[in-house]
Amino acid sequence: MRYATILSCLGLAALLSAPPAWAQDPVHLVVKDHHFSPDHFTVPAGTRFLIMLDNQDDTTDEFESYDLKFEKIVVPGSTITVHAGPLHPGTYKFFDDYHPDQATGTVTVTQEP
Amino acid sequence: MLGSLLIVFREVMEAGLIIGIVLAATQGIAGRGRWVAGGIAAGVAGAAVVAVFAGSLSAALSGNGQDVFSATILCIAVVMLGWHNIWMTRHGREMAGDMKALGTQVATGQRSLAAMAVVVAVAVLREGVEVVLFLYGIAVSTHSGPVPMLVGGLLGIVAGGGISWLLYRGLIVIPLHRLFAVTGLLIALLAAGMASQAAALLAGDDIVPALGYEVWDTSWLLSDGSMVGRAAKALVGYSDRPMGIQLVAWGVTLAVMLIATRMVRRRPVTK
Repeated sequence: MRYATILSCLGLAALLSAPPAWAQDPVHLVVKDHHFSPDHFTVPAGTRFLIMLDNQDDTTDEFESYDLKFEKIVVPGSTITVHAGPLHPGTYKFFDDYHPDQATGTVTVTQEP
Repeated sequence: MLGSLLIVFREVMEAGLIIGIVLAATQGIAGRGRWVAGGIAAGVAGAAVVAVFAGSLSAALSGNGQDVFSATILCIAVVMLGWHNIWMTRHGREMAGDMKALGTQVATGQRSLAAMAVVVAVAVLREGVEVVLFLYGIAVSTHSGPVPMLVGGLLGIVAGGGISWLLYRGLIVIPLHRLFAVTGLLIALLAAGMASQAAALLAGDDIVPALGYEVWDTSWLLSDGSMVGRAAKALVGYSDRPMGIQLVAWGVTLAVMLIATRMVRRRPVTK
C-alpha cells in the first residue's frame, strides 16, 4: 500500500506539471514497396504529434517503434494514425515490424530556440 | 528466414510465458490440461477471426479500435487473474496440505480453471493476431521466398514454446506448499503488468491522461526492443520509459491483488 501511495503521488505530480504542447500538423507518411516516404522527418522537442501512415502496399504491415512507443497494424490500402512524443532531442527509429529489414525510418527531434 | 523466426518467436514467447505461469499456478487441479488447451484453441481461433477483421477493427472507434480492443481484453485478463488468486488463496492450503483428501470443489476447480482458460485465450489471441497477419502476409506475397520464411515462422513457434516449457519446468520443481505462494505473486505481477500495458494503450490515444510521458529512462540498461526486455514486459509489465499512468495502474493493481488475497486468507476456508 505504501508503494501505491508513493506511485499515486508521483502520478499527481506529473498531472500537475504542464501538459505537452501539440505540434501543429500531423506528419504524413506513405509506405510503398516496403519503404517509407519520407523515411525521415523532424519534430520539435517536448511536443506531442500525430503520424498518419498510408499503406499503399498489398500486404498488411505493423507500424512500430520501441522509442516512440507505438505498435499498430495497418491493412493494405488503409491509413492509421498514431500519437507520439513528447520526446527529448535526438534521433529515433521506427519500422514496419513485418518487413523490418526493408521498411525503416527515423525521426529527428530538435531543440526549439 | 531468421527475420520471420525472430518475429514469431517473440510473439509466441510472450504468450507462452503467461501460459507457463498459468500451468504452474493450476498444478494439481484436475482437468486443467483440457481447460488450458481449450484456452489456447479459442485464442488461435479468435486471432484468426480478428486478423480477418483487422481492417474494420481499425476503422471502428475513430482509428483507435485496435488499442481499445487490446486494452479491453487486457482488463478482462486482469480480472480473471485476480479471481484465480482469490480462489487459490481459499483452496491452495487444502491442496498443498493433503492431496489425497481433496474436497470436490478443489479437485474440479471449474470456476478458477475457466478464469484461467480466459487468460490463456486472451494471451494467445493478443500475440496470435500478429503472428497470423505476419504469416498470412508471407503466404500471399511472392516477393521474398515464402517457404524459408514459413519455415522460420514454424521454428519460431517451436522455440517460443520451448522457452515457456522451460519456465514451467523451472516453476514446478518448487515444492507444492511453496509453489502457490510463488505463483500467486507471479500472477499478481502478471496482472499488474497487463493493467499497465492497457493504461499505456489508452494513454497513447489520449483516452486517459498520461500523467507524465517519461517518468524514467532505463533504455540504456534494458531496452524494450531487446528479447529480455520483451520477456520482462510480458511477465511484469516492464517499460524502459513508462508513463505516469502506467505506474499508477501497475501499483494499484498489485496492491489490490495482494490486499484482496490477504483479506480472504483471514477468513475461514469455506467448504
